[in-house]
This record gives sequence, structure tokens and C-alpha cells, in this order.
Amino acid sequence: MLKFENVSKVYADGFKAVNSVNFDIPEGEFLVLIGPSGSGKSTTMKMINRMISHTSGTISIDGTDITKLNAAELRRNIGYVIQQIGLFPHYTIEKNIAIVPELKGWDKEKIKARVKELLTMVGLDPEVYSSRYPKELSGGQQQRVGVARALASNPRVILMDEPFGALDPITRDQLQGELLSLQRKLKKTIVFVTHDMDEALKLGDRIAIMRDGHLLQIDTPEKLLQEPASGFVEEFIGKDRIVQNPELMPVVSVMTEKVVTSYLHRSPEKALLMMRQQKITSLIILDDNDDTLVGIVSAYELIKKVNTIQSIEEIMLVPEYVLLDSATAKDAIVMMPNVRSGVIPVLSEAKKVVGLVTRGTLLTALSSQWTELEDLNE
Amino acid sequence: MNKLNIWEQFMQQAEMRWQEVLEATSVHIQLVFFSMLIAIVLGIGLGILITRVPKLSTIVLGGAGIMQTIPSLALLGFMIPIFGIGVNTAIAALFLYSLLPIIRNTYTGIKDVNKATVEAAKGMGMTSLQVLIKVELPLAIPMIMAGVRTAAVINVGTATLAAFIGAGGLGDFIFLGITRGIDGLILLGAIPAALLAIILEIFFTYLERWTTPEGLK
Repeated sequence: MLKFENVSKVYADGFKAVNSVNFDIPEGEFLVLIGPSGSGKSTTMKMINRMISHTSGTISIDGTDITKLNAAELRRNIGYVIQQIGLFPHYTIEKNIAIVPELKGWDKEKIKARVKELLTMVGLDPEVYSSRYPKELSGGQQQRVGVARALASNPRVILMDEPFGALDPITRDQLQGELLSLQRKLKKTIVFVTHDMDEALKLGDRIAIMRDGHLLQIDTPEKLLQEPASGFVEEFIGKDRIVQNPELMPVVSVMTEKVVTSYLHRSPEKALLMMRQQKITSLIILDDNDDTLVGIVSAYELIKKVNTIQSIEEIMLVPEYVLLDSATAKDAIVMMPNVRSGVIPVLSEAKKVVGLVTRGTLLTALSSQWTELEDLNE
Repeated sequence: MNKLNIWEQFMQQAEMRWQEVLEATSVHIQLVFFSMLIAIVLGIGLGILITRVPKLSTIVLGGAGIMQTIPSLALLGFMIPIFGIGVNTAIAALFLYSLLPIIRNTYTGIKDVNKATVEAAKGMGMTSLQVLIKVELPLAIPMIMAGVRTAAVINVGTATLAAFIGAGGLGDFIFLGITRGIDGLILLGAIPAALLAIILEIFFTYLERWTTPEGLK
């Protein structure tokens, strides 16, 4: 829906703020632009509503080149939220929210109803706040109004320039959560600039990492964490980030790759010997023909019944739960309590067993990363 | 009779000349009113202009600053070759004299408007003119009004000098009193002029308060 093709911004003194950037945002996507200061992330965003004009390339919305549109007209159709909020101090909250609808010439009744709806939507009681002035509101409340104002004329695209950057951490967290749930309902196309990686990972459907005017990588949070395109990206995201959020941690990082396999025709005695030698508690049984997973044999069961069974098939558990290697650690954590054997085999796409997640490996992986993090911080 | 004290002198002169005083006060007010009117219109206009065309700001502010440094009496003198003797000259000189505080306060008033507010206004799709009228001017009003008040009070005092170039006003009594050595006569010009200045100060203070947008108070 929103497309950048070879977009650059070169200032008169030759400084290249944005250097040939290409990306495409589908309708309803929440895109976060992130990078260190001076990376061109804000410039990139502000070129969309022409607060800053690009010097080459094409920016188009729904296929229309934005330079072909009237700048004021274009901006009225794009919501805009900035860090300093920028409410009009001489306008009441109601009038502040009504600015764009008024510019667009909506009739009074419609505007009044819309303001009421929006205030309720952002969690402010219209009865209480409509007639107040911005200075009577806290920073968090003011930015709620800022968000309501940007939504006022129901634009499809919303630009947010570090909107929560100036708020205290608790309010910020709260507003991030509210923005997410609003976005789930409204499905706007949002371009959000931040320098806070936690915020980016929390909010973005996709994250675009910029440095020195270049777009280094644009991917989903999971993909960024698993396959950072460059050392800079990896460093910028921060390795410790993964630990904090099992949702973003690939399951392969919490499994053991030590998988001892056997076949059904092995005798129980041989299987037990093998497990003793390898010091393992679960034996993975594969199909004779295609090496796919057929079951798991637990060492405790085997020791108990080794003399009474003819074949390991009798005590083998058919795994009810398996994970693909593309799953996350969170998936494993959620699944684990339901797993009777305590072992979750991890399969490759070709259905080969590539590893096992047990309670032990989960705990070890999570806690070892935790201690690594402690070391880093020291 | 020559041994009257200054207060008795004043009372005597006032009794004798009260009608002249009223006339002179009315002339004085006219001088102030018309010079201020032009100064407000042009001063605010120029003030706005130099926020839009930054290159002009040094020239305009510098020029108005130079006017201010010329002694008021000399400025009145300079005007004579251009406008001749009389009321027009006085109004022209008083106007030039009142310009600087108004231009400067309009300029800084608009410049001091929070950048974020202006950015938000533009970002929401206001045209440059809409930003000026709906945002910048309302927010700059307290500052502009303070400039107008300063200019008006200075103007009332300076207008007494207009008597030197035959424009009349309360200055007439002051100079007459000086030349004739009648202190009471000086007071007859000075006291109404001072009262006028105080009244203007109070008037503009109220006007300032009244024009300040609700959310800024």
C-alpha cells in the first residue's frame, strides 16, 4: 500500500540523510523504523507526509506518487503523532481532536460524536475531559489525546514519531499495550519510529533497521532475532534480548541435539545397554524404512520391565506432542506440562528428529542464558 | 502674589486654563492614537513578515532599533523637512518611535511558539496561513500585547515633545512653563500626561488579559 522506491534525501550541503531506501508496507501492517540517532529513521517517516521532501526516488500510496498530491491535503489523510505531542494549548481537548475533521469540513454534529467516540476509545471519559485544556492533563493523558487526534478523521495511514519516548516507563508500557489492542481493532497501516528495541519487538509486525541512511534489514521480529543480516543488526538488537522473551527464542536453542536413536527390532537388553553407555534417559525410536519418528522409550520404564517384555514396542510411547524446528521456546514451555514422557522431539521439515526438548534442557537453556546476561551486565 | 508655592500655582493655572488643558489632552490623545494605530498595523505586519522571510529580520529589527536610538527630539526635527511643521510630523515621528517594541514582540512572540505545536499543526494538514491565524498568532497574543503596551506608554511621554514642532498636546504647557519659569504650568502638562500613561497602562493590561487565550492563563 505504501511503497518506497529508491528513495533518497540529500541535503543542500551534500549530506545523505536517507540513501536509496526500498520497502513496501501492506495495508494494516505495523512497521517499526528503528536505528541509532542520525540513522535517517525519522526522516524516512516524515517523507511520507512530506514534512520532509525526498530528493529522489518515488514514494507512493496506493500507487499514487505523493508528490502529485497537495501537501496539506495529503497530511489531512495521514495521522501524525509526535514525541512532544504538540497539542494546541489554547484549544480544549475537544477542539484539539476536532482539528482535522474541521479542516476537512465535517459538520458539527458529526465532529462532536466522533470526538466522544475517540476519547472513549483512548480511555478518557468525554464528560470529564472534553472541555479541559492540555495543560490540565498529565503527559500520558496528553499523548492519549495525541493518538485520538491522529485517528480523528479515520485515516488509513498513521505516522508515529517516538510517541511514547518522553513518557515514564509505566505509562509508556501502558500506552504501548493500548496501542496494540487499538491496532488489533482498527488495522491501520502504521509507521512507527523508535530507538527502543523492546518497544520495536513488542509493537512491530515488521521491524526496519536503519543506519547511516541505509535500510539494513526489514523483517519480522522473530526473523530479525534468528537471522540478523549483519553484525550491526545483531549487535543493535542485542543478544540478551532473546533471553528476555521466550516468544522470540527459537526452540532449537533450548533443545539438546544429543539424540540417540534406535529401531523397533532392537531387543530391550540392547536398548538398555545403549542408554546406559550414552547416559541418556530417553531413546528415540525410528521407523526402519524412512527414519521417521515412531516413539520414545523411557529409561525408567525400560529398567523396570526389561525382563518382562519381548520387544521395546510394548513400553514405547507414541509421542502426542512434537515441535517443528521453526517453533519457539515459548511453544515448548506451553506444551511441556501436557507431555507425559517429559520429552518433546523437535523435527526438521523433512520429519527427521533434530533434537529433544526436556524439562532439563529448557531449564538449563533458560537459566544459562540468564547467567550469561548477568555476566554481561557486570 | 509671586510667593505662591508650586501647588497654589498649579491650582491657579488650572483654574485659568482648564479648557485649554482639555483641548490639549484631546490633541495629545489623537497624536498617540493615530501614531499607535499605524504602528500596530505596520508593526505586527512587519513582525509577521520577518518570521516568514528570515533574511529581512536583521534589516527590519536593526532599522527599527536605530530609530529607537535617535533622541526623540532629534527624530521630530528630522521629520520637519519631510512633513513640515505640525501634527502630521509628530504622528510620523511617534509612529517610528513605537515601531520597535511592536515588531520585536510580534517576532519573538511567534518565534517562541512551541515548535512541536507548529509541527503538529503542519503535520495535520494546516496551510501556512492557517498555522499563522489559528496557532501562531493566538499563542503570540500575550507577547504582542505586551509590546503594544510598552510602545503606548513610551508614546504618551514622547508625545509631549510634539509641542516643540507645533503639534500641540500637553507638551505645550510644559514648554510654556519652562520658558516663563512657572513651575505650576509645567505640572499642568505633566500631570495629565502622566495620568494618561497610567490609564493606558491599565487599559492595555486588561486588554492583554482579555485577549490571552483561555488555555494559556
